[in-house]
Amino acid sequence: MTRSTLSTHARRTSPSAPASLSGVRLPRRAALAALLLPLAACAAEPEGDDPAAGAPSGGAADDGTLTVTDPWVKAAGEGMTAAFGTVRNGTGGDLVLTGARTDASAQVELHETSSDGSGGMSMQEKEGGFTLPAGGELILEPGGNHLMLMELTAPLLPGDEVELTLEFTDGTEHPFTATVKDFAGAQEHYEPEGSAGSGASDGGGEHAEHGGDE
Amino acid sequence: MNAADHPAARPGRRHLLRAGSFGVGALGVGAASVGLDRTLRGTGADRPPSSAVEPAVQGGATVPFHGEHQAGIETPAPAAATFVGLELREEVDRAGVLRLLRLLTDDAARLTRGEPALADTEPELAAAPAALTVTVGFGRELMERAERPAPSWLDPLPAFGIDELEEAFTGGDLMLQIAAEDPVTVSHAVRMLLKDARAFTQVRWVQPGFRRSPGTVAPGTTMRNLFGQVDGSANPAAGSAHFSRVVWIEDGPFAGGTSMVIRRIRMDLDGWDEVDRTARELSTGTRLDDGAPLTGGTEASDADFTAVSAHGFPVIGEFSHMRRAHGVDEGEHQEIFRRPYNYDTAPPPGSGAISESGQIFVSFQADLLGQFLPIQRRLDELDLLNQWTTPIGSAVFAIPPGCAEDEYLGETVLG
Repeated sequence: MTRSTLSTHARRTSPSAPASLSGVRLPRRAALAALLLPLAACAAEPEGDDPAAGAPSGGAADDGTLTVTDPWVKAAGEGMTAAFGTVRNGTGGDLVLTGARTDASAQVELHETSSDGSGGMSMQEKEGGFTLPAGGELILEPGGNHLMLMELTAPLLPGDEVELTLEFTDGTEHPFTATVKDFAGAQEHYEPEGSAGSGASDGGGEHAEHGGDE
Repeated sequence: MNAADHPAARPGRRHLLRAGSFGVGALGVGAASVGLDRTLRGTGADRPPSSAVEPAVQGGATVPFHGEHQAGIETPAPAAATFVGLELREEVDRAGVLRLLRLLTDDAARLTRGEPALADTEPELAAAPAALTVTVGFGRELMERAERPAPSWLDPLPAFGIDELEEAFTGGDLMLQIAAEDPVTVSHAVRMLLKDARAFTQVRWVQPGFRRSPGTVAPGTTMRNLFGQVDGSANPAAGSAHFSRVVWIEDGPFAGGTSMVIRRIRMDLDGWDEVDRTARELSTGTRLDDGAPLTGGTEASDADFTAVSAHGFPVIGEFSHMRRAHGVDEGEHQEIFRRPYNYDTAPPPGSGAISESGQIFVSFQADLLGQFLPIQRRLDELDLLNQWTTPIGSAVFAIPPGCAEDEYLGETVLG
């Protein structure tokens, strides 16, 4: 039996617990633990008033690391889906997120979402990527900015874990593991450039793996 | 139940894990104030009005999720609990079971800390954990899907003569017990857990139950059922070695776990109305006002089963619930730990009844066949209380031990 002791409580309650995974491939278990443990501290901190991309996060210390907290991907049987989470730039220098990759899909796009003028939301690729000022946060969430996974290579089932890597202009790369969640939302209309209407929604394939959902 | 006999300092992992189980009693005081502070800072709208004497807000109280044992058994029973029986979907295999348990474990760990679950669409409802616990139990089908041997005792109880079981409240492959001091917290946690379980399971039954609201009676007061009876006086005290012996499995993969019986017992309140107070007390062998045995003393006093009345009859009758449960006349004695909840729902339409009420009987015991079953057999054979009670649902689950922060629930059993 391999169990860690509850001495990890100390880590959990420390508001300055670093969540760094940058550059280092940890064994899956350790990586998961590292992803999960610091969330208490992060979630407990009040969000800044402006949740928009690049807004400096209130009181976040510059701990020299880039972190992704609460990463998750909407379950989908095929086609496309989206990844979410909070990226925090604690490196002390400005960063521009220009791309992402994963073995789970042929392509990943950075998307922003805006009102489509008729009460719905529509999304498009973010030109030039997302700028993360030093100490800033990029919140990727349903109905907002997100990573769009195009052409899934296999179904993403609830509870699966997906490895993704963020790519920044200065060559920085940040691998992280996201949990696949059964999620009914994130139904924004996708308008690829040049298309006129018949777009797809991200992750329209949710529940596809259990068609008997009454 | 009381957490007063907190074990003295004991070094090592076991102690640390064990300490987790008593969060509400001791540790929880600190945790509660931390959680409360966070809650108030985070939500302006929910901030209570400031006054010289602020009412005690307890929504921030937390019970540690991780530990040697699962929370929700030895920890104090909070006011609201919902029990859910789930059936695995046909296609769910070992990999599916493990994915499901990882999701549920992550949800439970976050929600019990007062944090939103991952992808929680109502994160504000998670802000007041109110001593939330999530307890998971396995049925035989889950063990088989996970390709691991089920405990030999993990089967439905034998049919009893008193049973009128309804499919709608019987069986299940996976059990969730979600309990907190606040029903909104419970509702949100149930919803969140079931959203993550939906891809793998279908809901077989849902049984919401209640006890006294926090602050209504002194902590540790034995609960009363809807017959007005003090119910659970014979329980071993939480935190005691006695409790451990009665409840926790000692060896094997389920060491640190236990067996759970959940039975929905309909209580005929209309019939009970016809019974006068003396007859009510004779049916159980205990006093209604304080739960003491009819032979005197307090709720905690040992009953004198040899005492006879002026007419020569036993003071605690041979048909009484307490005498039958104790096994006095069989010369045997078993113990279980009861953690029941009341239910009170709408009467069936057109029935003319004014209530549909009863008890969600919940018991935990290390040895289902050696502890629970003999008691249930005796009560099935003879118990005056049976006249007003009918079991209408029944299920047995194997409760795996608790998990550490890098484990999923059941990992020691299924890993």
